[in-house]
Amino acid sequence: MTLLSVLGVISTAIFSGTSLLYTTLGETIHQRSGIVNLGLEGVMLISASAGFAVTAISGNPYLGVLVAILAGGLTNMILGYLVVSRRGNQLASGLSLMFFGFGVSALIGQSYVGAKINPLPRITLPGLDKLPLLYSSLFKFDILIYLAVPMAILIWWLLFRTRWGLGLRAVGESADTAFASGRNPFVIRYQALFFGGMLAGLGAAHLSIAYTMSWSDFMTAGRGFIAVALVIFSKWHPLRAIFGALLFSGAVAFQLLLQSSGVQISPFLLDTIPYVLTLVVLIAWGGTRRQAAPASLGRVYQGSE
Amino acid sequence: MPQQPNSDNKKQNPLLMKIVNSVFRYVLMILFVLVLFGVILWISGTDPIQSYKDIFEATLGSSYGFSEVIVGMTPILFTALAVAFPSKIILINVGGEGQMYMGAMFATWGALTFDTWPIWALLPLMFFLSILGGSLWALIPGYLKSRGLVNETITTLLLNSIAPILVAYAVFGFWHSPMDTNKTANFVDAARLPTFYGTRVELSFIIALVLLVIFWLFIRYTKWGLEMRAIGANPQAAKRNGIPVAKYYIVVMCIGGAIAGMAGMSQVSGYYGVLLSGFSRGLGFMGFLISWLAGGDPIGIFITSFIVGIIFTGGNLLQITQGIPFAVIYILLAFTLFVVLARPTFLKGNE
Repeated sequence: MTLLSVLGVISTAIFSGTSLLYTTLGETIHQRSGIVNLGLEGVMLISASAGFAVTAISGNPYLGVLVAILAGGLTNMILGYLVVSRRGNQLASGLSLMFFGFGVSALIGQSYVGAKINPLPRITLPGLDKLPLLYSSLFKFDILIYLAVPMAILIWWLLFRTRWGLGLRAVGESADTAFASGRNPFVIRYQALFFGGMLAGLGAAHLSIAYTMSWSDFMTAGRGFIAVALVIFSKWHPLRAIFGALLFSGAVAFQLLLQSSGVQISPFLLDTIPYVLTLVVLIAWGGTRRQAAPASLGRVYQGSE
Repeated sequence: MPQQPNSDNKKQNPLLMKIVNSVFRYVLMILFVLVLFGVILWISGTDPIQSYKDIFEATLGSSYGFSEVIVGMTPILFTALAVAFPSKIILINVGGEGQMYMGAMFATWGALTFDTWPIWALLPLMFFLSILGGSLWALIPGYLKSRGLVNETITTLLLNSIAPILVAYAVFGFWHSPMDTNKTANFVDAARLPTFYGTRVELSFIIALVLLVIFWLFIRYTKWGLEMRAIGANPQAAKRNGIPVAKYYIVVMCIGGAIAGMAGMSQVSGYYGVLLSGFSRGLGFMGFLISWLAGGDPIGIFITSFIVGIIFTGGNLLQITQGIPFAVIYILLAFTLFVVLARPTFLKGNE
């Protein structure tokens, strides 16, 4: 196991973990406002396909990213209408949104399967370009990767250090109490969904425009559900989400390393580690009754007339 | 309040008005969804009128088409029931997908290991194994819920993600046929569910129907059904009245998982005849939605599954005749769900 291969694992983990981190941050915002969004998978697929298609047409990856972000926010507005305005069941609405995303993305992407795009350019940080090419090429990242951790810090700041974040968390704990103290749960939840959807769109954009540089049906491969698990794993906290995302993608990257060094462990079994870990963590908390979930998560706010 | 005699024509026949009203609403809802999806088809360069004509002819328009609808609805009947049964004691089983995968995996193990057995021994064994696989997978959330450790919604969701990986592990790792990497060899004939009259409708459809009837009778007429309804109404009160609520959580969840496991059996032994890695894209989730739409009611489950069966069969057809991806039909499905979700009173007929 050489230094190079270890660095390779880290590099791969960072590449595949970025889309997870953005999406997890988005879901953290949803859930902090009291909404479980099981439709993330669909939202991501729509964003990934739309962003990819626009990049392929225009040749401008930044335009593609922008479209993906907007697509994510707008798709989530459907969920907002269903669960906030119409007070529909959150799980059922989310799963419907997932199926919607399956369909819409297949339609958008159908003529772009196998298309070549101009991906997000990869930039070497100044200083690293002094390294031998073999090393510096491992750490040539695109802009979305460099922005991922700052984004997590920004979300933390928004949620825990601003009035808006306080209001959002208050709605997530108790919409009625938040309403009584002069906040509008409807508006706040719509904002949370739009903002969270944009983040999921950003994650999806990184997946299709920067990381895989391709589009194929169902390409998100369950990342929407992984994000839901990671939100729980990171206890609804944006900064812990960084480690959650790295842990997951690290497990994926680690198996590449094991394979290259001839260790016989099935990559599939390693794939289950993050889910199993989340389950174990949940059981451990359950025993000590230290649940950190927003109190009114999943509950319908009926409105206070 | 004393009843007032009404001279108003509308109020004289409230039941009829109610029926007319709800039929009108249904028709409006269906039209709305069809027009919306038609616009999508039109934008994507497909003739919507022709598409709908094709879908109708390929589903309700012929007896073979009708049988294909039944083929499409069979696994969903199982996965919907797998959600409906636990929902009676307010257990939210979102894990039908994973339980189905485990059922399929266990049944496949039987089919591959005992491939020399005669059909009358092998099929019951495979059914037993699929039930075992599904219920073991549901035992985890059931147990954790009964101990008050973890909410079953989260557990079932997590287990959903693990089960398809385990199936992929088995298929890619050591079960794949010499020709393929992502699926097993075709099952021997003795491991295939019998079909009826030259259609693809297989035995598990009958089993699903029987289970629906048993479910209805069980909840309504047995002591256990009564106790389940008591738990569903108020778990705390049921506990104080000596009903073993924790035991019910485990057993009922396992039965739900067992039923979902049979959906896996119907897929590998009936529909495909092989175990294909990633064979389902949301059949389990579909079951959750159907059970939810039907309010856990057996007749509602049947009708809703039938409608979804039509949509799925139509999707298969559009893929062939119009060359659009199968997944596009999910848009029609989603529009239908959106309309129902946006107006929950539609189905109940009272506003």
